[in-house]
Amino acid sequence: MSNAKMIQSDISSVLTSQEMAEIDHELEHIPYKSGAAIDALKIVQAGRGWVSDESLQAIAKYLDMSAEELEGVATFYNLIYRRPVGEKVILFCDSVSCWISGCDGIKQTISDTLGIDYGETTEDNRYTLLPVPCLGACDRAPVMMVGDDLITHLDDNKISEIFASSKSGGQS
Amino acid sequence: MPMIYVDGQEIVVKQGENILEACLNAGLDLPYFCWHPAMGSIGSCRQCALVQYQNEEDTRGRIVMGCMTQVSEGARFSLKAENATQFRKAVVESLMLNHPHDCPVCAEGGECHLQDMTVMVGHRDRRYTGKKNTYRNQYLGPLIEHEMNRCIACYRCERYYRDYAGGKDLGAQASHDHLYFGRHEEGVLESEFSGNLVEVCPTGVFTDKPFLKQYSRKWDLQSAPSICQGCAVGCNIAPGERYGKVKRVHNRYNDEVNGYFLCDRGRFGSGYLNSDLRLDYAGIKNPDGSFFAVHQQQALDTAVEWMAGKKVAAIGSPRASLEANYLLRELVGSKNFAPGFSDQEADLIGSIVNILQTTKSINPSIKQIETADAVLILGEDVTNTAPRVALALRQSVRNKAFELAEQMGLPPWQDAAIRNLAQDQRSPMTVVSAMDTRLDDVASTCVSLAPDDIAAFGHAVAAALAGETTDNTEADAAAQMLKAAKNPLIVSGSSMAHQGIINSAAAVADALNQATTMLSFCVPECNSLGLALMVADGSSSSLKALAKRAAKLDALIVLENDLYRRGDKELIDQLLASGTKVITLDMYENDTLDQSDLVMAAASYAESQGTLVSSEGRAQRFYPVHSPAAERLPSWQWLLRLAKITGHKKLAKLENFDQIVVACAKSSPLFAGLVDVAPLNNFRDRGSKIPRQTHRYSGRTAMNSDVSVHEPQQPKDHESPLSYSMEGLNRDQPASLIPFVWAPGWNSNQSLQKFQSEVDGPLKGGSSGVRLISSSQTGAEISPQVGKIILKPHQWHLVPMEQIHGSDELSSHTDEIAELAGRGFVAIGRKVAEKLAVTEGDGLLVKQGEIECSLEVRILSRVAKNCIGYSAGYSETQGLTAGSLVGLEVDKAWRRSGPEMIASDKAAFEQVIGGGGASNV
Repeated sequence: MSNAKMIQSDISSVLTSQEMAEIDHELEHIPYKSGAAIDALKIVQAGRGWVSDESLQAIAKYLDMSAEELEGVATFYNLIYRRPVGEKVILFCDSVSCWISGCDGIKQTISDTLGIDYGETTEDNRYTLLPVPCLGACDRAPVMMVGDDLITHLDDNKISEIFASSKSGGQS
Repeated sequence: MPMIYVDGQEIVVKQGENILEACLNAGLDLPYFCWHPAMGSIGSCRQCALVQYQNEEDTRGRIVMGCMTQVSEGARFSLKAENATQFRKAVVESLMLNHPHDCPVCAEGGECHLQDMTVMVGHRDRRYTGKKNTYRNQYLGPLIEHEMNRCIACYRCERYYRDYAGGKDLGAQASHDHLYFGRHEEGVLESEFSGNLVEVCPTGVFTDKPFLKQYSRKWDLQSAPSICQGCAVGCNIAPGERYGKVKRVHNRYNDEVNGYFLCDRGRFGSGYLNSDLRLDYAGIKNPDGSFFAVHQQQALDTAVEWMAGKKVAAIGSPRASLEANYLLRELVGSKNFAPGFSDQEADLIGSIVNILQTTKSINPSIKQIETADAVLILGEDVTNTAPRVALALRQSVRNKAFELAEQMGLPPWQDAAIRNLAQDQRSPMTVVSAMDTRLDDVASTCVSLAPDDIAAFGHAVAAALAGETTDNTEADAAAQMLKAAKNPLIVSGSSMAHQGIINSAAAVADALNQATTMLSFCVPECNSLGLALMVADGSSSSLKALAKRAAKLDALIVLENDLYRRGDKELIDQLLASGTKVITLDMYENDTLDQSDLVMAAASYAESQGTLVSSEGRAQRFYPVHSPAAERLPSWQWLLRLAKITGHKKLAKLENFDQIVVACAKSSPLFAGLVDVAPLNNFRDRGSKIPRQTHRYSGRTAMNSDVSVHEPQQPKDHESPLSYSMEGLNRDQPASLIPFVWAPGWNSNQSLQKFQSEVDGPLKGGSSGVRLISSSQTGAEISPQVGKIILKPHQWHLVPMEQIHGSDELSSHTDEIAELAGRGFVAIGRKVAEKLAVTEGDGLLVKQGEIECSLEVRILSRVAKNCIGYSAGYSETQGLTAGSLVGLEVDKAWRRSGPEMIASDKAAFEQVIGGGGASNV
């Protein structure tokens, strides 16, 4: 369904009342509805893991924006997921401090262990691997986040430990 | 005016302009991408870098962006400094990292701003050996082709489409090296001005799709200065022809009219010129109803035989040139000439002409419309009736932003800053209409009223302005809005077919009683106003009057007019009754032509020359792009030959086009200005005619060898200062004679700046066209009477809805336009739809007396009480009369058209694997 044709009843069939209530709360603090775009995307993503086309269209309509305008916001930020992700997203830092500390090798270990490369999700849908430019923990490099947990001083052993239950059989 | 130094050279510049503009004005070649004269600067592409020095001692300087740096007295810059040239070269090199090597198959090749800039900065050898990004392209409708791989991320498309033209469905997505410009999902671009993307994009991301199907390089196109025939705005266009086909239409700059932009009807609506419906030969009707092709002379002889000493009447046309109409009127005499308006239209346009001549207000050019700081629109959906004016109205609401910027000391070209500052603060615009209009999104107030009530609203505003108390708070508010403005503008027009609305607009304008008040009327066709001026003396006839005399007429000449679009079938049948010999001059098959006894194949606007008068009262000349194919002749030539053979006392003395113009100018004081519209036939630029072909025009002697191997002589143009040749100069000539823009090093349309007297200013040869109507000081005489229709139960007030695609007679014969027009429709409000239990795409029967139209349902968000709209000018709605009272019921026999996509979309859609979006592979 194109965004232009979406009407009020369509919005409420996509967004839950909880989501709408949370977005309404954000709207109280800002003069322009479109100002809540990022928050609304985060709210929807928090519950669903990602933002589907349908969700995006509903949010756009809810905020009186065009789908294109909101798509611009959603795709600009790489932590708004416009494709389904696994249960946990691995944000692997490949920035300068981690690179000096040998993150390339560790990334290879993750890929070997889980059988996924950047942008991919494991077959059991548990992990998605994404690069990030910095996690603000350079003093403890190399680092990554798995879900909400920051994991520091990475080495191959630590990787095997964390992903012990998700061995892929060593395919690369 | 400040003086600056560029590479030691002293340059006098304009206060407040930026250094990029200053350089271009000084004739210096400073490369740029993202800056556009109509859209200002955002400093995004980093291409116009140059070095600025602190003072005379400073030898290092620093890199600044030309478009973001304001000139100041004594400032020192260098274009040639090593670090500046290296910087610019590096910018192009980085833009080229992902740019494909596909110039030979790219439609932009040869008129590509990116090619020009790459050559200009001297980037030649590519060092990058990596893989290039490739993108999935989107289906964007029948008009625009999308090729994202070529994108250099200048953001011009988004800034034009969204910020300038108010489109919502195209935007920037993602970021850094996978930036994507497109729609959220594939589909037809919604904006009526999407075609300008073709010219705004500095490379080949957005290209002209119909042109791609019959492509020729810019240097192989033969072009001529022309005027768009799509509506009455009179936009200046430059159609390009090769192999006898008009291949594309480009914008032709006129600072006072269309500036840099056209609407999609104007750009894409000329496809009908190449249609199979076009006539090549004259024809005489056989008894069985078919036509027998005859040579020109035979057609003329037959016509003369039917006319000599007989009672002859004629019908002109608002889509034919002033010259052709003039000749026809003289040929048969004013009393026997009807202008070819429908009778309703004749009254409406007649009164508009009358108002424009007597009102104290200014009848504004588009440039003046852009200066309005308060707008009242009465009854028009301007985007559909005068599209280019609507684009100007969208700019007018930004005057609030410019006012705020001035207070902050921001120059008007600081685009991003000003948009940030103003957010959604706009100058006020009140739209009073029966239903949704395409300007509602920028209007501060929308009022939904039935036509009679719109007129009453207008008179209430006028009364409030005169200091009377009204009980209409909305009208009071509109009056306050106009009163508080420096440059108030009232827009109305004939599309509602309502005299009262037109009068009320004039009443408001005169009640404002302010020297800067502007009053603009939208009229339907490219020469409606010219024709109305011609018959303003009241001596001419009307369709109805001629129909009454039809039985007594021996012959009737119809000029470029499908009369069945002008009046009900009964009236026209009576007019074309079998006793009368009907002689028709037209360029394509239509119902009137079928009823004729003799047909003369008329040349199209691209094959003939003539003068049109726009809604602004501006007379402008169009010239042939190519010589007429087969045995077509321009209507004025048919008529002149006819006059000569019949020995017409006055006309037989005329020898050429220029003499017709002079005779026409003498025929009425209103036309006195016609002689100055464009240079005479004997104009020469440094001894030569102006060439229609580029220097590099190829295959001139060989391109027709599939027909004949004998080298043909080039056609001669005996009537205009243009030649069918590449010899001569295309530089600094009068503005009305610029066939295309090109300058050394500037192959793209950006070469326009070499033709402008200054950036965004008039052309070096002036602003083309002559305004025939000037405002007076007397004030219009307006009858304040407004009717009030009383509806019976189950009756609806039928309101015409003009459509940019579909309502215009000629452009509708273009495949792409017909596809966008869709089926004829009836428009209702949401509540009515619920009551009738119909949704979009269902069918309703509209019953007007004995006429029954089965139409597709469209649901609008805002509809005046008891009103329903219909797609005016569509074949499905022919017979419906604006303002009539109709019945409405569900059409049980209706079949919905397939899923949301029509067949041709679907094919294109399926070619693209999966959906669109910003997914780079």
